[in-house]
Amino acid sequence: MDTNNAIELKNICKRFGDVFANKNITLEVRKGEILSLLGENGSGKTTLMNMLSGIYFPDDGQIFIDGKEVSITSPKDAYELGIGMIHQHFKLIETFTAAENIILGLPGKEVIQMNAVVEKINELIKKYGFELDPTKKIYDMSVSEKQTVEIIKMLYRGANILILDEPTAVLTPQETDRLFDVLRNMRNDGKAIIIITHKLHEVLSLSDRVAVLRKGEYIGTVLTKEATELSLTEMMVGEKVSLNIGRKPPVNVHKKLSIKNLTCVDKAGVTTLKNVSFEANAGEILGIAGIAGSGQKELLEAVAGLQNIQEGSIVFHDDKGDIELVGKTSTEIRNIGVALSFVPEDRLGMGLVGNMDLADNVMLRSYMDGKGIAVNRKKPRQKTEKIVDELKVVTPSISTPIRRLSGGNVQKVLVGREISNAPAVLMTAYAVRGLDINTSYIIYNLINEQKEKGVAVIYVGEDLDVLLELADRILVLCGGSVSGIVDARTTTKEQIGLMMTKHSTEVM
Amino acid sequence: MAKDNLKKEPLMRIVKRTKNSTISNKMAVIVRVVAILLALIVCGIFIFVLTKTNPIKVYYGMIEGAMGTNRRVWNTLRDTMILLAVSLAITPAFKMKFWNIGAEGQILVGGIATAAVMRYMGATMNGPGLFAVMIVVSIVAGMVWGIIPAIFKAQYNTNETLFTLMMNYIAIQLTSYFCIVWEAVKGSGTIGTINQETRNGWISTSFLGNIFGQFNYSINVILVIILMVVMAYYLKKTKHGYEIAVVGESENTARYAGINVKKVIIRTMAISGALCGLTGFLLVSGSSHTISTNTAGGRGFTAIIVSWLAKFNPYMMLLISFFLVFLDNGAVQIASQYGLNESASEVMTGIVLFFLIGCEFFLNYRVVFRGKHEEA
Repeated sequence: MDTNNAIELKNICKRFGDVFANKNITLEVRKGEILSLLGENGSGKTTLMNMLSGIYFPDDGQIFIDGKEVSITSPKDAYELGIGMIHQHFKLIETFTAAENIILGLPGKEVIQMNAVVEKINELIKKYGFELDPTKKIYDMSVSEKQTVEIIKMLYRGANILILDEPTAVLTPQETDRLFDVLRNMRNDGKAIIIITHKLHEVLSLSDRVAVLRKGEYIGTVLTKEATELSLTEMMVGEKVSLNIGRKPPVNVHKKLSIKNLTCVDKAGVTTLKNVSFEANAGEILGIAGIAGSGQKELLEAVAGLQNIQEGSIVFHDDKGDIELVGKTSTEIRNIGVALSFVPEDRLGMGLVGNMDLADNVMLRSYMDGKGIAVNRKKPRQKTEKIVDELKVVTPSISTPIRRLSGGNVQKVLVGREISNAPAVLMTAYAVRGLDINTSYIIYNLINEQKEKGVAVIYVGEDLDVLLELADRILVLCGGSVSGIVDARTTTKEQIGLMMTKHSTEVM
Repeated sequence: MAKDNLKKEPLMRIVKRTKNSTISNKMAVIVRVVAILLALIVCGIFIFVLTKTNPIKVYYGMIEGAMGTNRRVWNTLRDTMILLAVSLAITPAFKMKFWNIGAEGQILVGGIATAAVMRYMGATMNGPGLFAVMIVVSIVAGMVWGIIPAIFKAQYNTNETLFTLMMNYIAIQLTSYFCIVWEAVKGSGTIGTINQETRNGWISTSFLGNIFGQFNYSINVILVIILMVVMAYYLKKTKHGYEIAVVGESENTARYAGINVKKVIIRTMAISGALCGLTGFLLVSGSSHTISTNTAGGRGFTAIIVSWLAKFNPYMMLLISFFLVFLDNGAVQIASQYGLNESASEVMTGIVLFFLIGCEFFLNYRVVFRGKHEEA
């Protein structure tokens, strides 16, 4: 056995029913290297990592840690072998300090020597270049600080192999850079790091090698310095793809929606939107950027008539004149003929009903149409057939509960329904989250088509590279306030990143 | 390293069935039938241990007890209809995921209202007018009992399970109170049969007598069957039914779709309570002709089992209600026939329900043994 390998997987197989989630995967991770694990959704990345962290057990194959064959039957086994996994969702106790969370569950004496613990944590912080105050409570922390706590928790327990599941999804570009610096320090210290990510430019800038999975199979490992975005995409998808979002210059741009001094307060009394003002234009895509939870959701819901608005106005401009939307419910807005379409972030928890079939979901926003007490299912069924046909939704039938569809097909139905209502304003929140590359581009094309038709599109996104390529203007939110609106064609990612964390009044 | 030193996968694990491994309808039926057969075997052992009689003979006694005579058939039918009516009544609320365990109380207040009309107006009014008043009053009483927790839920998001449960106690105490106010013999605490002489306000048991014999409950059966068909239509085909389904799945989605969630909660509980009240009328006017704290007889709770086992399908509820009542009436018969007490029949019903509800576990989860491939 090569003792330079921290992990060696040999012919790992895992089946779910008749489907191979992992098929004959052979892979090694060396000590002192960062390996990117790349693959589309459903390619088996998470299954593979779950077998390393003791959540699943392989059907077949061998796992070697430090050259010794092991079997990992529980998360406890994994942690005794020095494998630490940092999940996307943090598992921290909000009212405890960082240090208290870090030692949680560890054996020790009856009396906790908190000073010694903090000192040991501070040593780790200094060694790898983290930024953290171990005595700070979790609820006072930013997302990036919480992530730091999770990483230190693993290091404190002596993890030599770290697995990070999409760690940058919730970070700003600046925070991402800082995380990457820390990861590089850990690599130089001899730790083995596996990072699961979708973002190709991060793969290229951070890792030493890239392993690619496709449909459960291991495609190959390449040296990062020999790879390009295009070559990696081809490995992931299995065919040549063009990574071009065909953005056309906006034509016949005119004011559609004017939002002035909008302030929203949630049920707990926290201000979620502060004095937000902007205009959305027909024939244009307005991108909205910001750290998760900066008020994106509330902003879209406020326009849709689903938020408690404390102050401000939302005016819809029409040929017939201006219509004030504040103070109207979503049904009232619809009844006066304002066609607002909204693709919410939480697809199955807000936009759709998982247990209902496709046709019943398509009529969700129009079930009241027609007279009488009975619902008319004929028209929705025709509409559903059309959506399934045009957007190539893969489904056994239109009477299948929608939760049985894959994420991409669920989103196609949702977007299809919202577009089919011939909207004047189309709002989408994280429209491509969790979708594979091909489906993502189908969605981008649909959104571009709407813009060309003269719809005012508001696109909330998390991938800044996509926002820069898709949107015409980008509004940046920070802590519920607008920190600026910039031209997507001339701005840079770094500029937006700064605006995501710093309040600024500069408006272009 | 020798392979023997490696730890093995756990012997068995429990895995939730996911979208790719849902059980087929045919398998689901087989699982349930097997569950009932197993339950009958366990019941058979139980009976044999107690009575040393051939269980087959005992089961025959059960059929005899539930369906043996014309009278027994009609009693079984009557009880089936009452249980079905309560199940139908609570179904809209449960489909909306409103955990209404207050059917018991809603039935009782409907029953009290009916009894009051029978007592105070039975002498002066008769015929359709009296029935109309009884029906309206029982519906209003049940509706009020159902609406109160719904308003609190909609406005202040109170816990409806606790609220409806406590409303039950109020209804039981009210019933005790009226049992004393109206008591037939001083100090007895029971009302006795209302209008025994005149039979005013009694649902006729001789309707369609030339077909079914002089003693039958055809009116009860007809009313509840109509209710079943209407409820099936309401839940499946109407806008209200659609709204209930959406609110039950996700309130967020309902708001997004422009549904007034508060209104739907209150309206649905009004319907649910009203139908429970109506069942109270059927119990008092259509079968017992009296009221006591036992009038609802736990049906408000049994109906929850019926409704969920039927997956909110009204036609399935007919089958399940019949099955449970058959079991209950049959068990009472064999308990008396073989000198066992009433608890023995309850034990048997309990065993059957345990298996029937327990088998739902296998419909929702799978047990995976070591070495087998996962079928997630």
